[in-house]
Amino acid sequence: MTMPNVSKPRVIIVDDHGLFRSGVRSELGGEVDVVGEADDVQPAVSLIGECLPDVVLLDVHLPGGGGQMVVSAVRAEHPEVRFLALSASDAPEDVIAVIRAGARGYVTKTISGDDLIDAVRRVAAGDAVFSPRLAGFVLDAFASLPAPDDRPSFDPELDQLTAREREVLRLIARGYTYKEVARELYISAKTVETHVSSVLRKLQLSTRHQLTRWAAERRLT
Amino acid sequence: MGLDPTVVRLGLMVATLFTAGYAAVAYVAAWLLVPMAGSDTPIAAKAKADRRGLAVAAALGSLLILILIAVTTFNVPFVGSLASPLFLCIAGLVMVWRNAPAAERATLRDLTEPLEGLAGHRSWSAIMVRAVIAVVLAVGGVAVFVSTHRSLLLLHQLAGVALVLAAVVVLFGPWWIRIARDLVTERQARIRAEERAEMASRVHDSVLQTLAMIQRRADQPQQVVQLARAQERELRAWLFDGQAPGSLDGQDMTVSGGVRQIQQEVEAKHGVPVEAVTVGDCEVNDDLGALLAAAREATVNAAKWSGADVISLFAEVEPGEVSLYVRDRGRGFDPAAVPGDRKGLAESIRGRMARRGGSATVRTAPGQGTEISLTMPRASERQPSRG
Repeated sequence: MTMPNVSKPRVIIVDDHGLFRSGVRSELGGEVDVVGEADDVQPAVSLIGECLPDVVLLDVHLPGGGGQMVVSAVRAEHPEVRFLALSASDAPEDVIAVIRAGARGYVTKTISGDDLIDAVRRVAAGDAVFSPRLAGFVLDAFASLPAPDDRPSFDPELDQLTAREREVLRLIARGYTYKEVARELYISAKTVETHVSSVLRKLQLSTRHQLTRWAAERRLT
Repeated sequence: MGLDPTVVRLGLMVATLFTAGYAAVAYVAAWLLVPMAGSDTPIAAKAKADRRGLAVAAALGSLLILILIAVTTFNVPFVGSLASPLFLCIAGLVMVWRNAPAAERATLRDLTEPLEGLAGHRSWSAIMVRAVIAVVLAVGGVAVFVSTHRSLLLLHQLAGVALVLAAVVVLFGPWWIRIARDLVTERQARIRAEERAEMASRVHDSVLQTLAMIQRRADQPQQVVQLARAQERELRAWLFDGQAPGSLDGQDMTVSGGVRQIQQEVEAKHGVPVEAVTVGDCEVNDDLGALLAAAREATVNAAKWSGADVISLFAEVEPGEVSLYVRDRGRGFDPAAVPGDRKGLAESIRGRMARRGGSATVRTAPGQGTEISLTMPRASERQPSRG
């Protein structure tokens, strides 16, 4: 949680609504350095390539494709650019898709300005940002997966959450901040960060096809 | 057919003259196989399934062969060489007539009175032009027949047949295609209109009503925000979960649906945002109904008394039990100091849970916010029906 340096994180805002972009820009105020805005996939990819910001605030839904297209396109060339997904959407499949493409976190657009600044700083520092909703999605995704006996390449380390990780996610879903989670579980805030980053890594690296299918199945019912 | 059909037809007619009538066969074949604009299956696909049409085609073809044989016996030498293109053309045209994408009955009806149909759809001058062309072609074809039947130049004789066929195509082809297209377009337009009407009624019941209310309460920002938020939830439930507006109190309620209902109700009535997260899902029985009722009470309490900006509502459905947490970062309270006549927590929450075999715990202290944890065992050990 400590800031790596005193300079403000450089941020690009990608959202197709101009009104929303300017709203976010004013909420971030002087706390971060907004170096650019883009309204669609292609402009965003080229702008990010030019500016190489610390953090990209990325809308999950863009007219030219999902936010995950921006993430995949940029990460191929600039893996150091970090993404924080920001969405009004409740659809879990879209959120999971962006996270799996490489975003470091997900917050809803109803987030307060202070919390958003805090989230941007964490992502800039390389931490993962889990909103209660994302924690719920992840718990749901991993819990609803049946025991995968059918996969020879099953990797238990990647494909399951530990009991501790589940505990941490549950508390986040209940509305606890990382600090409160740490106090509740008698662990350090740093350890909470470690658990959350590990969950993010599993979410991104797990090759269980059920995880990708989960979203689609959920939408059907 | 990207090109003007007339250009295509004229080109084919010229080609027909040089290819011994086989270009006419190719034209009919193309007619059968190339899908029309606005339709994605070629006529041939339908023709394959049209047994009666096939029978008619075969019958006409065989009749033609009989005639040809009869003519042959009278020593008219050119007929044999005409047989195959002629036969193929006639059979193909029958299939086209019967299976153009329009409704079959319309096609058949109109086929019986083609000239009447023509008169109804086209200007007379265009018809006259085409009729003249057709007659010229037909006469030309017959003339070529007659003038050259003794000759050994088969090319000329075939050209004659082709001219006659081309006359038929020129006269009726555009008309068939136009009728078929009209019908397809009309059907698509009707489907779109029905969808739009359905959409309009739903949008009216929800979004437009809310917008009207917002206009009337423009001077009360708090209420406008509440209305907009409640409407946003409803619209989102419709767009992403397929839950139609106004059908919130569904007969088969699920835990996630119940949580969403609490969220909407509290946001609308008390103006406090509720961050609701549900993991897993199952249907609500009496026990879980009590759990939801207790959770609703706890959420309403938090909205009324805590002063918090946001209330977190988290539900998790597990195979053995359902847990629900209502948390706020508001002012909290001292449980021991709650007056004895305040029944909310004791009766509506603890009592309700205890009667059904569940439990409720309260964690709070002044200035520390409040969290109420509710747990209800699932009586029937069914697997959670995860969505």
